[in-house]
Amino acid sequence: MAVVFVLWLRELKKYLRSRVQIVASLGTPLMYLGVLGFGLGPVFQRAGEGSYLQFMAPGVIGMTVLFTAMFSGIAMLWDRQFGFLKETLVAPVPRLAIMIGRTLGGATVAVLQGTLIFGVTLIAGFRPVSLLAVPLAFLVIALIAVIFSALATAIGSSLKEMQGFQMVMNFLVLPTFFLSGAIYPLEGLPRVLGALTRIDPLTYGVDGVRGLLIGRTHFGVALDVAVLLGVGVLFVLFGAWRFSKIEA
Amino acid sequence: MGDQSIIRVQHVVKTFGKVTAVNDVSFDLRAGEIFAFLGPNGAGKTTTIKMLTTLLHPTSGALELDGLDVTTHQTEVRKRFGVVFQDPSLDSELTAWENMDIHGVLYHVPRHVRRARCEVLLRMFELWDRRDDLVKTFSGGMKRRLEIARGLLHTPKVLFLDEPTLGLDPQSRNQMWTHVRNLRGSEGVTVFLTTHYMDEADRVADRIAVIDHGRIVATGSSAELKQQTGTDSLEAAFLALTGTTIRDESATAADQMRQVARVWRR
Repeated sequence: MAVVFVLWLRELKKYLRSRVQIVASLGTPLMYLGVLGFGLGPVFQRAGEGSYLQFMAPGVIGMTVLFTAMFSGIAMLWDRQFGFLKETLVAPVPRLAIMIGRTLGGATVAVLQGTLIFGVTLIAGFRPVSLLAVPLAFLVIALIAVIFSALATAIGSSLKEMQGFQMVMNFLVLPTFFLSGAIYPLEGLPRVLGALTRIDPLTYGVDGVRGLLIGRTHFGVALDVAVLLGVGVLFVLFGAWRFSKIEA
Repeated sequence: MGDQSIIRVQHVVKTFGKVTAVNDVSFDLRAGEIFAFLGPNGAGKTTTIKMLTTLLHPTSGALELDGLDVTTHQTEVRKRFGVVFQDPSLDSELTAWENMDIHGVLYHVPRHVRRARCEVLLRMFELWDRRDDLVKTFSGGMKRRLEIARGLLHTPKVLFLDEPTLGLDPQSRNQMWTHVRNLRGSEGVTVFLTTHYMDEADRVADRIAVIDHGRIVATGSSAELKQQTGTDSLEAAFLALTGTTIRDESATAADQMRQVARVWRR
């Protein structure tokens, strides 16, 4: 338990000390929010869908959590050769404790980053329909963070070379974001795209957050949470298994 | 001599696909000695250390540390050694003290013992004044010293040092060896080090195993190796034993990452 805590605390300390990185990582979400949010806003409005900023703010929060969580896993590849990871791999503690500490740490950082973006969306004019639902929305955000931190751990444990990073970015992280319905409604999609969005875990995350924050949901919050919980358990198990197989 | 073996390696083989990195290696370490693996890059030194430190499983053969089988008693074995890898394994975003403290938690060292040990070791390695500074502000030599101090925190029986002076300037290298030699007195720890610098093996080690192409070609004190080969320097003995000086190896994924790391640090 002390081991899990100390590794979790380590991730948190590192995050809070990297001010430059915090500011830099806000760039992408701000661009989406600013350029897409205000740029596509009028079209969205004319299509009778209401405020695009309201619609996409939960999507941008989801994106931030996804990117932050995935990056922590990719950093693991570097960490394994030149960093602290090897120190933990030869310590007399179960690999599972190390994996859980790291994953929870990564997830916490992702939630903090998501909170920051939530603040930014409020400044930009985003208004949740009910303040009571905000803490619930953050539970869903935490689920998203755990899912992708665990997936990132699995990937970070499996990759051998830095070149794999580009692959993961282009073939996993970006599709996960673009297929999630973060920036467009899920209604009336072409069949293939619709099917693809349904196998993307982030779809349910964004839908759940959106349901709670603006009362608009495609699947229903209960189904969203059920899917996220299921996928979460699956990914944590998968991540733990891959992590236990690391040979340095 | 009647000395007790703290490490026993018997007929160990490690293959990666078609490449045999370690080929039927056997040796013993006596408790309290400084033992050096001397050989060129790619000779199998690091692979052997990784097997002894539970990071790699041998393809065949047996490894024992303090009477325990390394492959089947991983956790028990891990409590008994400290290791400084060839590549840094410090958290550079944390302070020296925090790095030490986390290590103490990972090795279940009780809080009060942890504090006392951290202080003793940081003073011993002349890092006490810098304990609250972030490791990223440290020089190469300071980082390496901190890693050794950290590796000793849980009072291990064996300390593994994989190329501890690689990339250090001559002054830091000297300082490093003074520290390592003093350890025997202060900590009573057995030291297993690897190096490809012959002068260092010559100066520091009680016994040297010359390794090349994954095989141990000779074992003995520096004097014994010279005598055995009828040469007057360890360098000449090495040449006589291996028939080469330095061999070029094809780069591995880790080597490529090391290249990038070097550029980044500049």
